Amino acid sequence: MSDRTGTIYTETVIYSSTEAFAADVPYQTAIVALDSGGRVTGRIISDHGERVRIDDRVSRVEVRDGVPFFRKIP
Amino acid sequence: MRPVAVIGIGKTPFGAFGDRDLRSLAVEGGEKCLANGRHAPGQVDAFFLGNFAGPSFAGQNHLAPYVSTALGIHGVPATRVEAACASSGSAFFHAYNGVASGVYDSVLVVGVEKMTCQPTPRVTEILAGAGDCAGEIKAGSTFASLFAMIARRHMHQFGTTREHLAAVAVKNHANGALNPDAQMRKVITMEQAMNGKPIADPLNLYDCSLISDGAAAVLLAPAERAQEFTDKPVRVLGIAQASDFVALDQKPDITTFPAVRLASAKAYQMAGVGPADIQLAELHDCFTIAEIIAIEDLGFAARGEGGPFTLAGHTARTGSKPINTSGGLKSKGHPVGATGVAQICDLVLQMRCEAGARQVPRHSLALAQNLGGSGATCVVTILGTV
Repeated sequence: MSDRTGTIYTETVIYSSTEAFAADVPYQTAIVALDSGGRVTGRIISDHGERVRIDDRVSRVEVRDGVPFFRKIP
Repeated sequence: MRPVAVIGIGKTPFGAFGDRDLRSLAVEGGEKCLANGRHAPGQVDAFFLGNFAGPSFAGQNHLAPYVSTALGIHGVPATRVEAACASSGSAFFHAYNGVASGVYDSVLVVGVEKMTCQPTPRVTEILAGAGDCAGEIKAGSTFASLFAMIARRHMHQFGTTREHLAAVAVKNHANGALNPDAQMRKVITMEQAMNGKPIADPLNLYDCSLISDGAAAVLLAPAERAQEFTDKPVRVLGIAQASDFVALDQKPDITTFPAVRLASAKAYQMAGVGPADIQLAELHDCFTIAEIIAIEDLGFAARGEGGPFTLAGHTARTGSKPINTSGGLKSKGHPVGATGVAQICDLVLQMRCEAGARQVPRHSLALAQNLGGSGATCVVTILGTV
């Protein structure tokens, strides 16, 4: 089972952030239940306005500074 | 273990006080409390300070003796307790144990936070320090966003709605409007609460507690000596603290707080009462969803029923189970480190029939629930008038 793919357990879109993330607002974070087991908090890539919801399938496209970035699997 | 009583309470108003620093707030709360409990500073055997982030907000460490000496309390153990938003609830728990065990006869607990000295993005960053900084916070989470994810999941599993969340805010503002010490004495409508500025979907501005300055203090003594210091002692009938994961993504189910369930089960057992017996409560409504889940975890309503229970009016001042008659963290204010002790002060006011316009008729058995972070610490206290 892959640790690159998983299912959205919960998510939110953040409009008010710390200074470090102010340039990214609004951005979506989610807790992803990995197919390989366990959960991880990551960012959702939404360069085409994608938004994930609970039970959507996602795949990890990159890891930046230890933070996994997921994209919705169409 | 011997019975313990709250013999004195003292609070500053909560708000944004540009001319006040952490120490002056803590001293005001402490002095009011000592006067209320007919104590001179020299009679205090031990001092506990609940404070979350004084070093980050104000650049000051070593806060317990910094405050205690300013109160004229010298030589005795002075200890700071940090447990995020449950800092002073935890300080109260440790103070209780000190008196119950017979080690101390008179313990002063002060909770304090000075937050408005920093701009909101920096406050958000400091508060995020109560989460898992190597994981969820690094990914961009704020505390509002963690509770937003909890709300989203609760909605998904139980059908909780935006209206249920808004009902918590409307009710707590209605109570806070009657509290002269509340930060935001403003009644809000359902429409306002439903349509606030988005903070972290599905939570908006009206779902979030306030950024506040303030202090609160209580004085504890053995119950057998309480009458020497007050005409209206309030007994600590049950108290427990419990812990859980700091990171939200490590919890098997984020729609319930196991630490709240553990602490309340112990506190109920110790007090020999159950949820149905509790007549009023101060719950940790850092976000509206947190009050709904607390209602469920404390057994006031079944799982998934916290929202409908609130919307039906049961938790209003006039309802069967008044919750947050002080206005809660939402309207009264949430100076993080002061909140746990402030909850005790607000319940004692009700139990002494000193709550003014927000006084409720049934007030002999009350419960306080103080939550740290996204549920990693919980302190539950049950108070009774005997």
